[in-house]
Amino acid sequence: MHERGNILFCGVGGQGILLASEVTSEALIKAGFDVKKSEVHGMAQRGGAVEAHLRYGSRVFSPLIEEGTVDVEVAFELLESVRYLPYLNSHSRVIVNTQKIFPPSVATGVEAYPEDILNELRKRSIEVLPVDAFGIARGLGEVRTVNMVLVGVLSGYLPVDEEIFIDVIKHRVKKGFVDINIKAFREGRALQL
Amino acid sequence: MQKNNNLKKALFLSGNEALALGAYEANVKVASAYPGTPSTEIIETLSTYDGLYTEWAPNEKVALEVALGASIAGVRAMASMKHVGLNVAADPLFTASYTGVRGGLAVVVADDPQMHSSQNEQDSRHYAMASKTPMLEPSDAEECRSFIRDAFRISEEFDTPVLVRTTTRVSHVKGLVYPEGKVREVAEPGLARMPEKFVMLPAHARRRRLFVEERLRRLREFAEAYGHNRIEWGSKEIGFITSGVSYLYVREAFPDASVLKLGLVYPLPEKLIKGFAEEIRTLYIVEELDPFLELQVRAMGVECIGKGVIPACFELNTARLKEAINGEKSEVFEPVKIPPRPPALCPGCPHRGIFYNLSRLRLYVTGDIGCYTLGALKPLSAMDTCICMGAGIGNALGIEKALGEDASGRVVAVIGDSTFIHSGITPLIDIVYNRGNTTVIILDNRTTAMTGHQPNPSTGRTINGTETNEIDLEALCRAVGVRNVVTIDPHDIDNTYRVIKEEVKRHEPSVIISRAPCALLPEVRRLRRPVFKVLEEFCTGCRRCLKLGCPALQWTGIDREEAERRGRPKQKGYTHISSVLCNGCGECEMVCRFDAIVKEAEDA
Ligand SMILES: Cc1ncc(C[n+]2csc(CCOP(=O)(O)OP(=O)(O)O)c2C)c(N)n1
Repeated sequence: MHERGNILFCGVGGQGILLASEVTSEALIKAGFDVKKSEVHGMAQRGGAVEAHLRYGSRVFSPLIEEGTVDVEVAFELLESVRYLPYLNSHSRVIVNTQKIFPPSVATGVEAYPEDILNELRKRSIEVLPVDAFGIARGLGEVRTVNMVLVGVLSGYLPVDEEIFIDVIKHRVKKGFVDINIKAFREGRALQL
Repeated sequence: MQKNNNLKKALFLSGNEALALGAYEANVKVASAYPGTPSTEIIETLSTYDGLYTEWAPNEKVALEVALGASIAGVRAMASMKHVGLNVAADPLFTASYTGVRGGLAVVVADDPQMHSSQNEQDSRHYAMASKTPMLEPSDAEECRSFIRDAFRISEEFDTPVLVRTTTRVSHVKGLVYPEGKVREVAEPGLARMPEKFVMLPAHARRRRLFVEERLRRLREFAEAYGHNRIEWGSKEIGFITSGVSYLYVREAFPDASVLKLGLVYPLPEKLIKGFAEEIRTLYIVEELDPFLELQVRAMGVECIGKGVIPACFELNTARLKEAINGEKSEVFEPVKIPPRPPALCPGCPHRGIFYNLSRLRLYVTGDIGCYTLGALKPLSAMDTCICMGAGIGNALGIEKALGEDASGRVVAVIGDSTFIHSGITPLIDIVYNRGNTTVIILDNRTTAMTGHQPNPSTGRTINGTETNEIDLEALCRAVGVRNVVTIDPHDIDNTYRVIKEEVKRHEPSVIISRAPCALLPEVRRLRRPVFKVLEEFCTGCRRCLKLGCPALQWTGIDREEAERRGRPKQKGYTHISSVLCNGCGECEMVCRFDAIVKEAEDA
């Protein structure tokens, strides 16, 4: 997967998914890849499920990932990690923030939040990497860095030097938040060592 | 504001950002738009460049008329909108096709196959044929940049407005873009009296009508040689004619096939198409939505396969295309059933107080388009119609005229501030003029929220954030003849209930202006109000607060034992308030009849 790859970012509106996919895209471009990234704006952003498709390679045509061809899925919320199952295959790797955000039917008590949801992935021999990104971000004193923790984890599976990521974060993140975001990235990246 | 002046290296831009860059490079001087997904960022981005004028217009018709005016004054001009916006702007478009232009005029229209954020899935390519206007269709961000430059050139060379059509997967896909720098200034601005060209009296229009036909003939010739109508030869066993994002799916799914890629989708190059078709054994036409290319290719007498196998509904992708053509679906994991996560009104949204009460009053609500359309969803379930922008007010009057007394006091129209200005004022005049007694609620959340918080004429800010005249909605409603105009704070649940109940009973027109800023606006976020919490010993589990549909309110079930411990054996659960999500609006506190919801200590 190192010459080309399909990365699916998913989660809930407001979790910083677009910035995460943006930073990853720019790092891949700096590493010399062609990149296409597809996102959806508007109605879906109001607390709904959000996804972004990122594809890289020497030349990328389709902006959308084909079903069954995701290399890495980065799920920002536990339940969301299984919503896109048709996009995964038994070689996919799923990085999942174990944080739970209740969808409306759960919040109002109509349905229960599914138990042991990651088993749906594992029993299809998908490799699951659960990360308490919310806990790590809170530990750093800035819960809005959940996205950089996850980008840090993801970076370990991409053919891009760490320094390139750091450089991109410096340019993309608002002044005053750069250091904390780099810290979050490094914590995430250190996890799989 | 940050200026986009770094034009040296390759940039990673969305199609919309690239359209702005290309328009800037082409020396556009005036650009007007009304927001609409997926088109909004075009002009938002353009407004960050120097040396040109950009504006939010009250609606798309005005946007196109402003752009046309600038073109008549001899400068390059652009209007941009979403697909349904072109319906609103169709009137000026059809006659602008007759007048032609002085400065180049580009009209950008962004379609939304799949209806990610739209009420219909119309294919705007039909407007090109119907208005006899050429249309370009880029496939990716770099083509957005270069096609819009071509659009201005074609516009001036052929004396015509030029349509540029994108779709969601072109507008909102980011890719690498290679800036070229600005073109030489070509325009000759100034007032020029050309009545035979710009005053479309029947006598003048008849002459221009013939010109339009001649122009189409010349454009067809141009299409044969246009560099962005190109053939990529591969195997001749199967070949494709395609355009826009569909081209990318074709190349992905059938990398070895021959492809005729059309950059100009109207008018079509007949010789090029026939020449290509002759070489190809099986010819497919791949396009999203309607058989727009297919019908024209068939009319040329060329045999092809199109909508017979390619789906006409929803967007295409590589897998759908392979399945359509190869006839087999590749095996993938079946989805598992998990709770859905639809969009919802945000915590602290001012629309909630209105819809909660409309739901309680069981009124028939003719709705409209904006964030408030989410008031139609459970548990609020308080919207009965939503058609197109501005429709709710006319719908309410129509229902009332149809049912007379039977509808009296039972129907209310709701409309957002931006939508009201877009197209709600004329139907309000209809109510006054024709003696309706409809009640209209204007949901003034001080912004155009749905499309990403654009200022509008009632917010007192322009696209650049500078201060400007602010429309006084109360005075406007009175000026058109509405005598009962009441302004309320929708977070005040009880007063809102009382006022709506009173106003719908009136036998004359009335307008309720519900005014409170969107919870996502910086001035509200800065408030950092204390959040609320539930005192569990008081919560009886009655679920009344859950009827607000606030994402911060979460039900926690309890078992029999726990219920007995709490002294209420029948209690099934209690409400918990997420302190992360709560924004302190206080509506739930007002709704609770057991005083179980209180402010967290302000120092906590
Ligand atoms: C003709 C047309 N133009 C644009 C749109 C896109 N659009 C949908 S809702 C909306 C604005 C809603 O703003 P407002 O009425 O203030 O309501 P809010 O979202 O703030 O609640 C826009 C621009 C559309 N659906 N139709």
